[in-house]
Amino acid sequence: MRYSALSILKQALSGNRLWQPAWREPQPKPHYDVIIVGGGGHGLSTAYYLAKEFGITNVAVIEKGYIGSGNVGRNTTIIRSNYLLEGNNPFYEFSLKLWEGLERDFNYNAMVSQRGIVNLFHSDGQRDDYARRGNGMRMHGVDAELLDREQVRKMMPYLNFDHARFPILGGLYQKRAGTVRHDAVAWGYARGADQRGVDIIQHCEVTGIRRENGLVVGVETTKGFIGCNKLALAAAGNTTTVGRMADLDLPIETHVLQAFVSEGLKPVIDHVITYGAGHFYISQSDKGGLVFGAEIDFYSSYAQRGNLQTVEHTMEEGVSLIPGLSRAKVLRSWGGVMDMSMDGSPIIDRTPVDNLYLNCGWCYGGFKATPASGFCFAHLIAKNETHHVSRFMRLDRFERGYMIDEAGKGPQPNLH
Amino acid sequence: MASLITCPHCGTRPKEEFSIRGAAAPKRPAPAAKDEVWHRYVYVRDNPKGRVLEYWHHVAGCRRWLVVDRDNFTHEVFGVMDASDFERVRGVE
Repeated sequence: MRYSALSILKQALSGNRLWQPAWREPQPKPHYDVIIVGGGGHGLSTAYYLAKEFGITNVAVIEKGYIGSGNVGRNTTIIRSNYLLEGNNPFYEFSLKLWEGLERDFNYNAMVSQRGIVNLFHSDGQRDDYARRGNGMRMHGVDAELLDREQVRKMMPYLNFDHARFPILGGLYQKRAGTVRHDAVAWGYARGADQRGVDIIQHCEVTGIRRENGLVVGVETTKGFIGCNKLALAAAGNTTTVGRMADLDLPIETHVLQAFVSEGLKPVIDHVITYGAGHFYISQSDKGGLVFGAEIDFYSSYAQRGNLQTVEHTMEEGVSLIPGLSRAKVLRSWGGVMDMSMDGSPIIDRTPVDNLYLNCGWCYGGFKATPASGFCFAHLIAKNETHHVSRFMRLDRFERGYMIDEAGKGPQPNLH
Repeated sequence: MASLITCPHCGTRPKEEFSIRGAAAPKRPAPAAKDEVWHRYVYVRDNPKGRVLEYWHHVAGCRRWLVVDRDNFTHEVFGVMDASDFERVRGVE
């Protein structure tokens, strides 16, 4: 069924009794052309673009939980392309362009809202750094504006401009950035892939990767063996666990990141804001909740729950930036497990096993990349060659010395 | 994560007193070791789900580097030792 104003009207007139499930719940077939491990945003978008752009429809997405139960349903929903480096910027800009046309493309309301992001700066040195980043963006044809203090004040009068230690001097503004309803992204991609013949197999855990003569022939799962010509991994925080089944050595460490949402409030924060003196970021959902987060918990963790120390730290940063935040109540908090890479940038590449493909290392910036990640990964799987915007995101870049270290933190995954 | 860490020098302390460096399992190669060996040490991580060894620094206590032996899924802590003892024990293996 195609969703439209007319379909809503028809359903309304028939008492909403004719709505169909948005995707099927198939049993696995014995063999597929491509199996994607991981039914998160990246796995589902990969399946969608494989079917839609590259004509490969005999595809299964295998998910151990239900789709949307991992990081695609656990993030702070921000989309942006304000990156400096050559290896990152064109990729994230490609992603932002896909976001801009996504809802028409997959006929699903993902509530893409280009409300703009402001990265605040608090010192002369930081202003110069952000100006450099803005210039880098503009040289790639991406919109960026450097705002002074008064321009920021006009947009966000509620900020703590005269903070004794970290006064707000201005911000780097990307107007086209914004937020997206994250669950709808998973559902929209799932529905679009399913309509084109992709099998989405939920509650099915991969327990082994079967290889013969050095090639993958299929996966062992809790629903039995499923054969495939090509296997693609998009398992986020569980990448190492799945990768080990094929003896992959990976530059990945798994960490937990927490996020928070307040009670619903009247519209107060119109943009996405990041705090340059901390790691705090905040926006307001269309439902009214303030959605925010800060750093990871710093210790390696596979548990989808975090520590109170980080909760307290996040609240402190928030109140330091927006004093009024102290009057809001936090409604919920949650944690997601992140595949932190050794340079803070992702990997979309082949592996030492010829028909095994890898998509990982998103750290805690994977949501904004969902469309481009899926597109580039599908391109790689279908054509066996890298898409040009993801050509720097190689697995062997650490060995060759071509890190993409946007923040300049070095090989320490908990600092990216 | 357990909220208490038993420092071998200071006793049981809240985890807020520590900062975390990362995996302690990779062993620093000899300076002249091959590039491949250095690459594995610097960039490749076992990243198991379960029992891990991690370098923790007791920054608000004795300022000693420690190795915490813990489970990264259940958050159980099995033991804490001084990093120099850890290296001595590991060197013998």
